[in-house]
Amino acid sequence: MESAIISGALGLLDGVSHLGLGQVVMMAIGAGLLYLGIRKGFEPLLLVPIGFGAILVNIPQAELMAEGGTLRFFYDFGIRTEIFPVLIFIGIGAMTDFGPLFSNPRIIMLGAAGQFGIFLTVLLALALGFSKLDAVAIGVIGACDGPTSIYVSSRYAPHLLAAVSVAAYSYMSLVPLIQPPIMRALTTAREKQIVMGMVQQAPVSRTTRILFPIIVTVVASIIAPLGTPLIGMLMLGNLLRECGVVERLKLASENEIANIVTLLLGLAIGGTMAAEQFLKVETIMVLVLGLVAIGLDTVMGVLFGKGMCLLSGGKINPLIGAAGISAFPMSARVVQNEGQRYNKKNHLLMHAMSANAGGQIGSVIAAAIMLSVLRGMGII
Amino acid sequence: MATSVTAPMVGKILRIEANPGQAVEEDDVVIVMEAMKMEIPVVAPANGTVKAIHVEVGQSVEAGEDLAEIE
Repeated sequence: MESAIISGALGLLDGVSHLGLGQVVMMAIGAGLLYLGIRKGFEPLLLVPIGFGAILVNIPQAELMAEGGTLRFFYDFGIRTEIFPVLIFIGIGAMTDFGPLFSNPRIIMLGAAGQFGIFLTVLLALALGFSKLDAVAIGVIGACDGPTSIYVSSRYAPHLLAAVSVAAYSYMSLVPLIQPPIMRALTTAREKQIVMGMVQQAPVSRTTRILFPIIVTVVASIIAPLGTPLIGMLMLGNLLRECGVVERLKLASENEIANIVTLLLGLAIGGTMAAEQFLKVETIMVLVLGLVAIGLDTVMGVLFGKGMCLLSGGKINPLIGAAGISAFPMSARVVQNEGQRYNKKNHLLMHAMSANAGGQIGSVIAAAIMLSVLRGMGII
Repeated sequence: MATSVTAPMVGKILRIEANPGQAVEEDDVVIVMEAMKMEIPVVAPANGTVKAIHVEVGQSVEAGEDLAEIE
């Protein structure tokens, strides 16, 4: 009898005896993500479930990611199948007004320039000895677009998924810290002060708004078929928004669907942060390269902006080039703040929004093009 | 000579930072707008005295709309 009670009591200590240093470290990292989300307001919608998932998966003997485990179910169901990131895109499409693109089509080109960091980082990762597929997954962090990064990484380099998604989401919220030093360093005092005036928002007809998502989907998908699930769902969401006859579907996409999927996606990603998989040198390299990727995007965007400034005879403020990345609308806000820092009467927000909307489409297309090129080369 | 303080973009009036009769210097904040969930300070274009404020807190404004007058 006594021995049975003692073994029963020891059973309660079983978890403690299996607790390794790695798991303690990972729980601290999970707690750190919770802190960033809750106290610092960095992407709380994602960092709160990711951080909590990271704590759960590192509890010894709980086996949440083992076959049949709770988190494993969400991972297998939503991430291995790539269905979560794709569903998120319907929500993003439903939430995004691509109107600013129509008011200044020239500025969309900045949305393409802001993607060069992806390609440069792929080359850098290859040079550092990562395999081709791993390099692709790392480069896509430069899309500065969480769902795109998760989609590409879960498909081609699932062992990097945790590092890639943590990098993608934490850097997206760090855009206000990462971009300004680069913007300041690359522009002259005169360029920083260029006033671009008000954006003349020409009324965009409903027909244009409806045709836009359809045409973008068909054209982009034919050029880069591997990106069709992403661009297709993004544009479907936008069509739900703009067509005006499916208000309920639009509301469900931007609220219920996006919220449920965000919760489960975050938890499942947290679930990939088990100590033995996350605590590796590789993870640190991914985090560093991701930061480089977003920095290079900013560099290329601002340089392209300087080119446009020159060609336009000094009418375009190169600072808006920084908004060519997909972090919407964070980087447009950064541009507004930087512009006003040097000239209080300068309001670049709406111009930057055009570049930013371009960047949002640009990141998906850039990822799609890269996948199609790699398939052409026989790598995937 | 009176100069207008105009809305730099479409948005909403969040706060009014200067009252009629108050002296302001160039680049002093007169009105704070909200656009794209961001606070946009709108500054005085020149030194002078606030002659009139044409908007109220919470009001939606179009780009280019007169918000206040400085004399």
